[in-house]
Amino acid sequence: MSDLTRLSLAALRDGLKAKEFTSVEATDAYLSAIEAANPKLNPYVAVTSDQARDMARASDEKLQKGKGGPLEGVPLGIKDLFATKGAHTQAASHILDHFLPEYESTITQQLWNHGAVMLGKLNMDEFAMGSSNETSYYGPVVNPWRAENSNKDLVPGGSSGGSAAATSAWLCAAATATDTGGSIRQPAAFTGTVGIKPTYGRCSRWGVVAFASSLDQAGPIARTVEDAAIMLQSMSGFDPKDSTSVDLAVPDFAAAVERGVKGVTIGVPKEYRMDGMPAEIEKLWTQGLEWLKAEGATVRDISLPHTKYALPAYYIVAPAEASSNLARYDGVKYGLRKTGKDITDMYEQTRAAGFGREVKRRVMIGTYVLSAGYYDAYYVRAQKVRTLIKRDFEQAFNDGIDAILTPATPSAAFGIADQDMAADPIKMYLNDVFTVTVNMAGLPGIAVPAGKDTNGLPLGLQLIGKPFDEETLFAAGRVIEKANGGGFEPKVWW
Amino acid sequence: MSLVDTRTPTPKYFISGATGDWEMVIGMEVHAQVTSESKLFSGSSTEFGRPPNSNVSFVDAAMPGMLPVINEECVRQAVRTGLGLKAKINKRSLFDRKNYFYPDLPQGYQISQFKDPIVGEGVVKLDLGEDGEVEIGIERLHLEQDAGKSIHDQHPNMSFVDLNRSGVALMEIVSKPDLRSSAEARAYLSKLRTILRYLGTCDGNMEQGSMRADINVSVRRPGGEFGTRCEIKNVNSVRFAGQAIEYEARRQIDILEDGGTIDQETRLFDPKTGETRSMRSKEEAHDYRYFPDPDLLPLEFDDAFIAMLAQDLPELPDEKHDRLIAEYGVTPYDASVLVAERTSVDYFEDVARGRDGKLAANWVINELFGRLSKEGMSVEDSPVSAAQLGSIFDLISQGEISGKIAKDLFEIVWTEGGDPAKLVEERGMKQVSDTGAIEKIVDEIIAGNPDQVEKVREKPGLLGWFVGQVMKQTQGKANPQAVNEILKSKLGI
Repeated sequence: MSDLTRLSLAALRDGLKAKEFTSVEATDAYLSAIEAANPKLNPYVAVTSDQARDMARASDEKLQKGKGGPLEGVPLGIKDLFATKGAHTQAASHILDHFLPEYESTITQQLWNHGAVMLGKLNMDEFAMGSSNETSYYGPVVNPWRAENSNKDLVPGGSSGGSAAATSAWLCAAATATDTGGSIRQPAAFTGTVGIKPTYGRCSRWGVVAFASSLDQAGPIARTVEDAAIMLQSMSGFDPKDSTSVDLAVPDFAAAVERGVKGVTIGVPKEYRMDGMPAEIEKLWTQGLEWLKAEGATVRDISLPHTKYALPAYYIVAPAEASSNLARYDGVKYGLRKTGKDITDMYEQTRAAGFGREVKRRVMIGTYVLSAGYYDAYYVRAQKVRTLIKRDFEQAFNDGIDAILTPATPSAAFGIADQDMAADPIKMYLNDVFTVTVNMAGLPGIAVPAGKDTNGLPLGLQLIGKPFDEETLFAAGRVIEKANGGGFEPKVWW
Repeated sequence: MSLVDTRTPTPKYFISGATGDWEMVIGMEVHAQVTSESKLFSGSSTEFGRPPNSNVSFVDAAMPGMLPVINEECVRQAVRTGLGLKAKINKRSLFDRKNYFYPDLPQGYQISQFKDPIVGEGVVKLDLGEDGEVEIGIERLHLEQDAGKSIHDQHPNMSFVDLNRSGVALMEIVSKPDLRSSAEARAYLSKLRTILRYLGTCDGNMEQGSMRADINVSVRRPGGEFGTRCEIKNVNSVRFAGQAIEYEARRQIDILEDGGTIDQETRLFDPKTGETRSMRSKEEAHDYRYFPDPDLLPLEFDDAFIAMLAQDLPELPDEKHDRLIAEYGVTPYDASVLVAERTSVDYFEDVARGRDGKLAANWVINELFGRLSKEGMSVEDSPVSAAQLGSIFDLISQGEISGKIAKDLFEIVWTEGGDPAKLVEERGMKQVSDTGAIEKIVDEIIAGNPDQVEKVREKPGLLGWFVGQVMKQTQGKANPQAVNEILKSKLGI
């Protein structure tokens, strides 16, 4: 039998349905692969082997009877941000030590209802704050990709670094992830995988540890566009427990994958042509447009004039919400508690010990921008900018644009403990320059592998769609995927 | 909010100080617990008196990833209350987060409404008896979550937290600074409570904490500029509100008359000493970092929603007051007493319907309420039902019993119960109107008391003595009018 871990999710699913192999076999194959790889790549913070095998056995029983859901028996990795009942759920933070939820997030519950198997919980930047997966309490995740002729460890991107690395390194069939400013798309681009952040409101946030509520949106990371579509299908849907979830029918995403781009108008925003953009990124972008044109799309230059304000505004809105969302981690109810001489001291000791540097930085920024005297100058202004960014996109879509093509990241994956990034957090924040606008506007965005840099590292392109039009993104993403020539599989060194 | 003085200074309310007269300015923020089965943003029960931490959902305990979902009944209750306060209903309002750390605040923020509340300006009318009526402005009403309860006396060096109340819906009803005396403040609180109880939107039980007041007090020269205010937190009875205001006004006047200035601060009232003491100064005040709660959409509804609630609104105290006067002919004072509690007025109307309203008001207020308050009972536990009392009145109006006998009958019904008509029959309490029988008794008394007969002919005022004798003989059952007539004719006066 060939290595089951190498199958696409779609192929694995079909093979299980056809009883070519069992879910227990597939699950064991993944668990062995995880056991071998995790000490080096570190994508899993918890492996739930027993639970995985139990779920796999239950799936096999259904599959034997010709029954089962759309993901029956498919082993998945789950980002540590999703609450999974009785299993590790700590947002990769020290402050949630030993916290085991008594509830299951809506999204993971839907996945289990559809028959999926949980392999374990995936590493991430602490509370999803970071772009390199280096802020995790559980240590950095190592990118399965290395530059040609180099042994240097690279970051997988973040915050969903564990999801991207595990998917890329065949340590799960696909993974759940979340994206607040680019946390699905940037790691997908860094690891040669496909990641989609759906429209805000498409997937329930219930049971997903909150970072910035108005920007957070869950989505999948998968090895192919089709796999991403299959995953998103099972993750989407209205949830009355999330007031911001939208009561809309979920289209058949997989059916849209091979739809093509004939008659589709692709916008090219000039503001995304940043100063000092590497030539290879520029080239990739142009290449992507050519591929789409070749399949019948029309390409048109557009302007999104408020783009340059998106990143600064994002770094006001997101920390503001985070400072409030993270107030509940106070040592009183669950997780870490450090004793103090009084209640205030207990809070301070607990939060000082429990949160990492980046989380503290953002809590402080958020507290500052919301405080009396600064609120109007920062938070209110940032919200106005947000409205303008949204309007830019609306304008483009009203003018007949169906989707927008941009680079996914300004560069390929960088090294772990990169000196420049460590010295200047802004440099790290710039990783999200092409992706944050999408969160600010609540739009869907997909990152698809499109090419490689001079060192042979994967580079991605991003497609941005109209609200609730993920279908066009899958169709256009598939066109790029077909055209990119393949080879987005890392060489196994681990 | 800009402060506007809507009142004309009333000398009666002035407080005289060493340097002249002073006037109080009072505004209130009343926190009223919304009557609802479940909490504002979770499905947990709001039942009072459950064991600690038994009404707690994952949302109430602020577990990671939990999200609030608005309880529509609480929205309806807030709109009903707004309508009852004749207030502007805002069809679009926002929920904000008020951020601060406290162990009984699991989220680390309270979900409240800051800039855009669900209800805007309204009015509460106060009936101040001989001082007439006054209208107190309502600034706004908003919905917010209650906090849990910290318990500090269960362990030598730890505090316990009970989250049963965490997340229960409160309405914060903010008045304009229109109150000018502790009497007005008390009247305002009572009236507000009456309105809420009529509406069924808050049970108004201050002793259980389901209604509490933060009272802003300042003093000034009559009609002058508003002074610096102090806020007295969490006052939980109408009486304490009066005491706290009196003390606080006096304290401020003493400071000002000594040439000092008032520090804007938050104070606490101690019912044991009757004093207020400083809790925290303005400098120590929290920066709550309000911002719109991104977990909740703006709260929006349409005119039809408001109209539907307005249609089902019960008759409110002011309207009921006017109707009692028009329909039953009761005095304005009696009407005010009756409408204060919905149960009282319902009782009254059950008795008065189709009967003599004035008589009913008299009886209900003086006999029944008097007796109930003596026994420390409420109308709900009255041993005499409205039907029984009504039946007593019927016996009076049918001439079956006299007013005096009616009181005895009331007493019997109170202690023993039973059907008043039957009791009158069984115990021979019927009034004797048979003139033959009365004449016979009168004859006997005249014959037996020649001296008195002499005297009464000179002093007709002594007739009462004869009436008394007849009543004594008949155990009070003789029809007093018949007795009078017969006596007068037989005695020739």
